[in-house]
This record gives sequence, structure tokens and C-alpha cells, in this order.
Amino acid sequence: MTEQWIIMALLAFLVVLTFGIIYLKDLLAAIILLGIYSLTAAAAFVVMDAVDVAFTEAAVGAGISTILLLGTLSFTCREQKPQEHNNYRAMTVVTLVGALLIYGTLDLPLYGEANTPANQHPQLAQHFIQKSGEEIHIPNIVTSVLASYRGYDTLGETAVVFTAAIGVLSLLGLRRRRRDEEPEWDVKRQRRQQDVEAS
Amino acid sequence: MIKGLQQRHRVVQVVSKLFIPLILLFAFYVQFHGDFGPGGGFQAGVIFASAFILHGLIFGEGRTRLVMPPFMLRLLMSFGLLLYAGTGVLSLFLGGNYLDYSVLAHDATHGQHWGIFTVELGVGMTVTAVMISLFYCFSSKR
Repeated sequence: MTEQWIIMALLAFLVVLTFGIIYLKDLLAAIILLGIYSLTAAAAFVVMDAVDVAFTEAAVGAGISTILLLGTLSFTCREQKPQEHNNYRAMTVVTLVGALLIYGTLDLPLYGEANTPANQHPQLAQHFIQKSGEEIHIPNIVTSVLASYRGYDTLGETAVVFTAAIGVLSLLGLRRRRRDEEPEWDVKRQRRQQDVEAS
Repeated sequence: MIKGLQQRHRVVQVVSKLFIPLILLFAFYVQFHGDFGPGGGFQAGVIFASAFILHGLIFGEGRTRLVMPPFMLRLLMSFGLLLYAGTGVLSLFLGGNYLDYSVLAHDATHGQHWGIFTVELGVGMTVTAVMISLFYCFSSKR
């Protein structure tokens, strides 16, 4: 019972954070709130016993993406531009899609429900829980599902990460810096100069 | 965003020098302990990259490029994916299905251990290289 209350509190906090992110005009504060959002989501995953997911959420969502967003912020300005007019058509579309999504969740199985098809199927959850110890001989079922039973899937995920990096690299590019532009870059030459000055 | 930190903040520099090896060590722990506890290639790759990103934030991206040059990142990125796909091809040649690790060693569970180890290593390499090169892209001035 306590566990459910903790999850409810964390989810309510997520909703509050979302409204904070929407209403804030200061982009830096919004980015920091996004980091807090990810950390809170990770805490919720820990309470739900999904430690691997929580680990990823904390490392990627709260860590790396905050840094990347801050780096992006340095390309633009800190304040969000004030909007001239209210866009009612966009609001209608967003509300409709949101209502559809909520309607869709009504068919999802309840949290922790044991009698769902995925949990009852002899070749899915039952098989992984009962047989993965003999077949893979690894204590962490998540790893054996991720890397062995669903190895092909993870190969695809790695390819997606790789493709995303290729896309970003070809759009932004790693500009090669010229040495005379950034003298501090050439550490060895700088050291040599210091030695010459000292002697 | 990075320029100001390089000249001042001696304390941050010293503390981060203490922390970076620990972060790298923790990344290796997460990578190779993924079979027994939470973790694996994706998480370890991100943690490993975060050590380099910390170095880049505090000592300037130019110095991090000396430690981890961009051509190395491109090599590492593609080698990780090739390692993953190559494990599958190897199991094809040894008489199993694609990515069926049971044929990789004399014993089926040993084969599974080896397969998961290599595959996770490949994932870790790719994710590390991708994260560091994304950081380079977004932090270098235009």
C-alpha cells in the first residue's frame, strides 16, 4: 500500500513539473526542470522494481540530455520569445490527440496485473522467469532477455543510436579547429613556450 | 558556456581530476557486472562518456579532443556495431542461427556468456563514441 502511495506522489510531482516546464519562459530553468523530471521518473521506476530502466533514465535523461540541451542553449538565447497570438487550432489538435491517448490507456492492463496475456503466455514472461536460469545461466533476467532472447532487437537499437549519430554529425559536423585560432588547444606548444620563457 | 571555467575554478579542476578515474572505473563495473546486477552496455557507455564530458566541461573541449580525437570516435562507433553484428555472423559460421550464441563455445551456457559479453561490449563502445561525438558537436563554437 505504501508503495502505491509513493508511486502516486511521484507521478503527481511529474505532472506539476510538466506544467512548470510549459509555463516557464526562462529556458535554462526549463532545462533544469527537465533533468529533475527524468530523475523523478527514475525514482518511480525504482519503486516499480524496474532497476535497469531507472538506471538508463537517470544516466541518459537526467545526465547526458541535460548537458546536450545546455550546449544547444548556448547557440540560442536564454529567454523564450513572447507569442503574439493564441493558436486555437493547434490547441484543439493537441487536446484531441491527448484525449485519444487517454482513451487508449483505458484498454491497457492495470499496473502489476498478473493475468495479462503477456504474463500468462508460456513462451514469454513465464519462459524467461522459469527457464532463463538453465538456458543462459545469468542471474539478471533483463540482461539475458535484452542480449540473448531479443538480441536481434538490441542490434537494431544499437544501429538506431549509430544512425542518429551519423545524422547529427552530417548536419552539425565536427569542425576542425585551426591552431592559430585557439592557441590553448596546442598544449605541447604552450608548454614549450613556457619552458622557453622560464629559462 | 565553457570558456569561463578554464581560467578560474581551480577547486573544480582538482576535484574533477579525482572523480574522472572513479567514473571510468564505475563505467567498467556497470559494463561487466551487467550479468549479475542492473546495468549493461547502454548505461555503461553513457557513464563512460560522461567522464569525458566532465573533462570537456572543466578543462575545455580542445584538451578533451587531444585525449579522445574525433577520428577515434568514428572508428569506435562503427567498430562497436560491427562487433555486435560480427558476433551474429560468427555464430552463423559455427552452425547456429544468427545471434544464437550457444554455438560459440563447447558448452551452450558458456557460449551464451561469451556472446552476451561481446555483444554488450559492442553496445558500450558505440554508445560511448556516439555520446562523446554528440557532445563535441553541440559544444564547439560555430
